[in-house]
Amino acid sequence: MDNQVIELSYALDTFYFLVMGALVMWMAAGFAMLEAGMVRSKSTAEILTKNISLYSVACIMYMLMGYNIMYSGTDSSIWPFGFDLLGSADNSAEDVIASGGDIYYSGLSDFFFQAVFVAATMSIVSGAVAERMKLWSFLIFAVVMTGFIYPVQGFWKWGGGFLDQAGFLDFAGSGVVHMCGATAALAGVILLGARKGRYVDGKVVAMPGCNMPLATLGTFALWLGWFGFNGGSELIISNVAEANAVGLIFVNTNTAAAGGVVAALITAKLMFGKADLTMALNGALGGLVSITAEPLMPSPILATVIGAIGGVIVVFSIVTMDKIRIDDPVGAISVHGVCGLWGLIAVVFSNPDAGIGTQLYGAVVIFAWTFIVSLIVWGILKMTIGIRVSEEDEMEGVDYSECGIEAYPEFVSK
Amino acid sequence: MKLITAIIKPFKLDDVREALSEISVTGITATEVKGFGRQKGHTELYRGAEYVIDFLPKIKLEIAINDDLVESVIDAITKAANTGKIGDGKIFVSDLSEAIRIRTGESGAEAL
Repeated sequence: MDNQVIELSYALDTFYFLVMGALVMWMAAGFAMLEAGMVRSKSTAEILTKNISLYSVACIMYMLMGYNIMYSGTDSSIWPFGFDLLGSADNSAEDVIASGGDIYYSGLSDFFFQAVFVAATMSIVSGAVAERMKLWSFLIFAVVMTGFIYPVQGFWKWGGGFLDQAGFLDFAGSGVVHMCGATAALAGVILLGARKGRYVDGKVVAMPGCNMPLATLGTFALWLGWFGFNGGSELIISNVAEANAVGLIFVNTNTAAAGGVVAALITAKLMFGKADLTMALNGALGGLVSITAEPLMPSPILATVIGAIGGVIVVFSIVTMDKIRIDDPVGAISVHGVCGLWGLIAVVFSNPDAGIGTQLYGAVVIFAWTFIVSLIVWGILKMTIGIRVSEEDEMEGVDYSECGIEAYPEFVSK
Repeated sequence: MKLITAIIKPFKLDDVREALSEISVTGITATEVKGFGRQKGHTELYRGAEYVIDFLPKIKLEIAINDDLVESVIDAITKAANTGKIGDGKIFVSDLSEAIRIRTGESGAEAL
């Protein structure tokens, strides 16, 4: 190949990678708006503080530790430490040309793309523990989660570890990202307990979110970001076959979300008699999580079905979580955890290389690792500085007790 | 002088204001309030869980008028705020012992 063509391809793939990463970064805004809309107004400023702080903690911790753990290039398939600190020189033009096109994107564009994924994982946790968790305990957990817990299981799959070697398939992270985040959230919610007054005398008490327009905007922002999440995970776009692949991934990602919305809306209408907007929003995200493990192989029709099943699952899962007293204000555990598991299983319907046993094996490993380590970290925090705000602070709203400000100071609330 | 206090459905505010303007009422104070009567609120649904809204949003109007306007004001509000459905609200009439215009210090009927 002509040298200039190689350089141009490298530039194009790097450009594509960076733009996809920037889209994934914007998912942080999606999570922030979705969560701000789904909590009560007295907890809004605090959940926004959590969201922008966790994003920042994730980016710094992944730079300091996470990336080195996840892509250490070590010979071991289980213990990932083989430090190759970030900051070493990026690829030189000579190396790229000499590789004949095998090196096709900038190393730092890869770091950026991976870093925004970690932030997405951590964002999943914040919604589930909303309105009652101490801000600083949450941020300490974020340090461990983004610097250690996520990167280790990420290494097992995407870093070439034992899950990858076993043939476990997870294209863009139904398991590695979404189920991992939801599992950490589940461990936290179990130790944290439900919001005060959520379950009274055996009945579920509704705590309606304060702002449906924000929740809807957040969902659309996540939907947009997901094109980067799945589309970027192809990693290359600079030839006809790869460009077509990215095109198919965009179509499948989009249609799976649409299938999720329609299915969740109909399910909610049949179950409750009303078209519950929040279920439609969760349906979109459930569809997106479901297609994330394999957005390339299914036909658009199959992708729609996979997303639609995710949309049905999410409604039943949210109702079930309330039955077993798992209080998750935004439905994060159902959307990312239960649909994440479904997404991993659904790979077998379109990818002949996937085996149901291997997919379940991967799911169990990710769940067990994340759950046990998260439970230990949350447990240590609970025994030392505590993870839950006082009852009085919860009643008054964590906006005031944790942040000292209110999200909507010109309105009477609480 | 009388003080008319009317509780009406919020979307009827413009109709009531127009009806009162036509019978030369010169001032109305409107407040957003919440309350219930025999209607006893209603139930809503959020993520599969029902919850009761005990206090429904209403508008409270306060109108200070001369005694001779009482019948026509009651008539205007009753017609304009009526939907025939439960929750249309109520009108209360009470005596008003004094009224003062702050700018000029005028009092009594002069101040209305």
